[in-house]
Amino acid sequence: MSLTPHHLQLNQQGQLRHFLTIEGLSRELLTELLDTADSFLEVGERAVKKVPLLRGKTVCNVFFENSTRTRTTFELAAKRLSADVLNLNISTSSTSKGETLYDTLQNLEAMAADMFVVRHGDSGAAHFIAERVCPDVAVINAGDGNHAHPTQAMLDMLTIRRHRGDFENLSVAIVGDILHSRVARSNMLALKTLGCPDIRVIAPRTLLPEGIDQYGVRVFNDLRVGLRDVDVVIMLRLQKERMQSGLLPSESEFYRLYGLTRETLALAKPDALVMHPGPINRGVEIESDVADGPQSVILKQVTYGIAVRMAVMSMAMTGQTTQRQLTQEAN
Amino acid sequence: MRLTIEGARVIDPASQFDEITDLHIAAGHIQAIGAAPEGFNASQRIDARGLIACPGLVDLNVALREPGHSRKGNIASETRAAAAGGVTTLCCPPDTRPVLDTPAVAELILDRSQAAGNARVLPIGALTKGLEGEQLSELVALRDAGCVAFTQGLTPMAGNRILRRSLEYAATFDLTIILTPQDADLAEGGMAHEGPTASRLGLVGIPESAETVALARDLLLIEQTGVRAHFSGLTSARAMDMLATAQARGLPVTADVAAYQLLLCDEDLVGFSSQLHVMPPLRSAADRRALREAVQSGVVQAIASHHRPHEAEAKRVPFAASEPGISSVEILLPLALTLVADGLLELPAALSRVTSGPASALGLPVGIGQLQLGGAADITLFDPAQACEIGRNWLSRGSNCPFIGQGAPAAVTHTLHGGKLVYQLT
Amino acid sequence: MSTLPAVDGLLADMAEQLRAHLNARQITDPAFVGIHTGGVWIAEALHAKVAPEAPMGTLDIAFYRDDFEQHGLPQRVRPSELPFTVDDRHIILIDDVLMTGRTIRAALNELFDYGRPASVTLVTLLDVDARQLPIRADILGASLALPAGQRVKLTGPAPLQLTLTAATN
Repeated sequence: MSLTPHHLQLNQQGQLRHFLTIEGLSRELLTELLDTADSFLEVGERAVKKVPLLRGKTVCNVFFENSTRTRTTFELAAKRLSADVLNLNISTSSTSKGETLYDTLQNLEAMAADMFVVRHGDSGAAHFIAERVCPDVAVINAGDGNHAHPTQAMLDMLTIRRHRGDFENLSVAIVGDILHSRVARSNMLALKTLGCPDIRVIAPRTLLPEGIDQYGVRVFNDLRVGLRDVDVVIMLRLQKERMQSGLLPSESEFYRLYGLTRETLALAKPDALVMHPGPINRGVEIESDVADGPQSVILKQVTYGIAVRMAVMSMAMTGQTTQRQLTQEAN
Repeated sequence: MRLTIEGARVIDPASQFDEITDLHIAAGHIQAIGAAPEGFNASQRIDARGLIACPGLVDLNVALREPGHSRKGNIASETRAAAAGGVTTLCCPPDTRPVLDTPAVAELILDRSQAAGNARVLPIGALTKGLEGEQLSELVALRDAGCVAFTQGLTPMAGNRILRRSLEYAATFDLTIILTPQDADLAEGGMAHEGPTASRLGLVGIPESAETVALARDLLLIEQTGVRAHFSGLTSARAMDMLATAQARGLPVTADVAAYQLLLCDEDLVGFSSQLHVMPPLRSAADRRALREAVQSGVVQAIASHHRPHEAEAKRVPFAASEPGISSVEILLPLALTLVADGLLELPAALSRVTSGPASALGLPVGIGQLQLGGAADITLFDPAQACEIGRNWLSRGSNCPFIGQGAPAAVTHTLHGGKLVYQLT
Repeated sequence: MSTLPAVDGLLADMAEQLRAHLNARQITDPAFVGIHTGGVWIAEALHAKVAPEAPMGTLDIAFYRDDFEQHGLPQRVRPSELPFTVDDRHIILIDDVLMTGRTIRAALNELFDYGRPASVTLVTLLDVDARQLPIRADILGASLALPAGQRVKLTGPAPLQLTLTAATN
């Protein structure tokens, strides 16, 4: 008696049909995703920033956690693919009134939605929806608990690739609250899969998850050692509540030890990229001058994010279409 | 009614009896093992050739969900499920609504379980009123009403002082205390074993130290107060070490583990199946190995189902939002028998962990968990060669069981409780 | 089996027609646009022959196909590149084989998302007489009747050759 998990994200031909996590996806698939995103990036530079690919499709942005920024980029991505977009901000209070996540999504599926973009505070929520609620609707994970934020990871990868060409000889440092970061988890997996040879995580032990070595990363507790000669620095957002739970003494002590300043950035390679998933806390994890400085690609990340989400949406829709045909043929 | 069970391999771990023979039952009691008594005229016979007959199983932890949680299960449904699992004696925890902290609730449970007639139900009383951890329940009154032990479950005590005093009070009257050590503060917000898997899945971890810190405190207070104590649902290798050390020093502590902990581990959480959300959590593969070894060596005397039936909605949510627990009383025997299949225990020893082991751990009345001449005819028959699919004819109201659909190595064919056939495989 | 024409001969002929066409229309600043993949090769060849100083772009019409519902996105999509302003430009749109006309429909739609061209001239190497839309090449290398179940494919970029293959759908 044993339990074997199956691969939920791929159809029978190995195409993406849901995008839930980076885990388990091949280097080829991630590269295909980046190539497709490159093509969509060009669409964003045209007079008409729109292609008819998903005309007539309905994309539902179902956000159980508020995030105007992320929701907006998904919305823009869907609209640039000519899809109809429905935005639902479902605060936890309204679901606790009786309607469960299950019922909410089943209702949306009954309205003939073709794709769900889901953000939820519970790790595994997107898996749950893809597996238990509506396997035939493409589910895109827009962040689930501390687990995964795969589109953010892929836009980070696109940013690195467009500025550095490839991942073969790069040193990439991820700095800050790794423990609570779905972005860090997805980034470590994506960097590893794409062949980055030197991934470093820099944090105090209280902000590092148990078993971090499973990601094949090097751990540094000292920012000044960890940043030495890196090509890319990815800073993470520090939530204020970390101070109350005894993980850190204060914002100022964190900034002194782990804040990215002109002085600490000087330890990295001279042209090292500075990245941040946003929204940034100026003076908490990053100095204003660094965030706005010449090495910062933080705003570029936002632009790339739209192209990556267009690529993910069109690939997942393709995977679902193909799966539907395979199922029909089999019957 | 006079019943003869013919030709079974009769195994009674308590008396180390293991022979192919006949069992003769009359008036709810075992009249003879072997040749029929003079003048015994069976009105019913069970052809049990190829089957194994053992004492009815004793399950120390079965939530019946009544009173108060009828959507999850009730006494009739869950004792029927127990009978299908070969369980004839079960202890039910006090986390009912209202909490089992008054004789009235104990009496209600006993009345309804007697009316259902599927199994002997032995209630476990709440150590503190409302399980709030502040004020002691009327333990002696509860004992007189039929409670065989007292527990706080996983709900924390207000402090170590009240814990110490409650153990002391229980020791005064020689009452048995059941402890499930988990430091609520260290476990705060957690839902899975703190380790690489939980980290990767982004699930808040419960460190092993949540168990061992509480266990260390409990062992010291048990020693100080001299109370009779049993640990229920331990999960970690380190706890097994601490328990073995305490026993070696002569501390009379016993323990059970949840049957599913012997098969599952945290790595199974990949995929986020809320069916695998249990509390205390599934720990690492190394911990699982240590639990199996502790069951093998006898440091752990009992395997219990830790049966927690739920309505479908309780599990039809993401992992973190789901209610913990597995509906498992029906598969206690096949889960326990995997230790035989894996070569850890001989069949009689494995059966002792679900019969005489748990009965003696809680000091249950003589005769429970064993086959005794003149004793109650609580007998389970099972076919060790008949594989069956788990979930067919599932009787528990809760179908929250990750093993449903899998093959079980053995099938319970008949369950007798007090000489009455309460379950028969069709 | 019909013999397939040599590409070089067709190209020479097409270049001649295109020059005449540009003269007749008094187009002095055309922009060349090839459709991935074969159309780009033909466009490059004509561009070199006819107007090497004119700007040259490429289109990948994957995002504009009308069969997404059936086939989804192809595995490999290249960015379209039009390194010039489309508005008021005379566009020479070039593809290798004109089959149903659906590719050209998609390419026209894509072009118009870049701007409003002054005119579009369609150039194709072959027309296999399978059109499903009212689309016709202005300049054509050759017409070809294909045997049933066959399709013609351009291989390249060097040498450019036409081959017959079995149709897959």
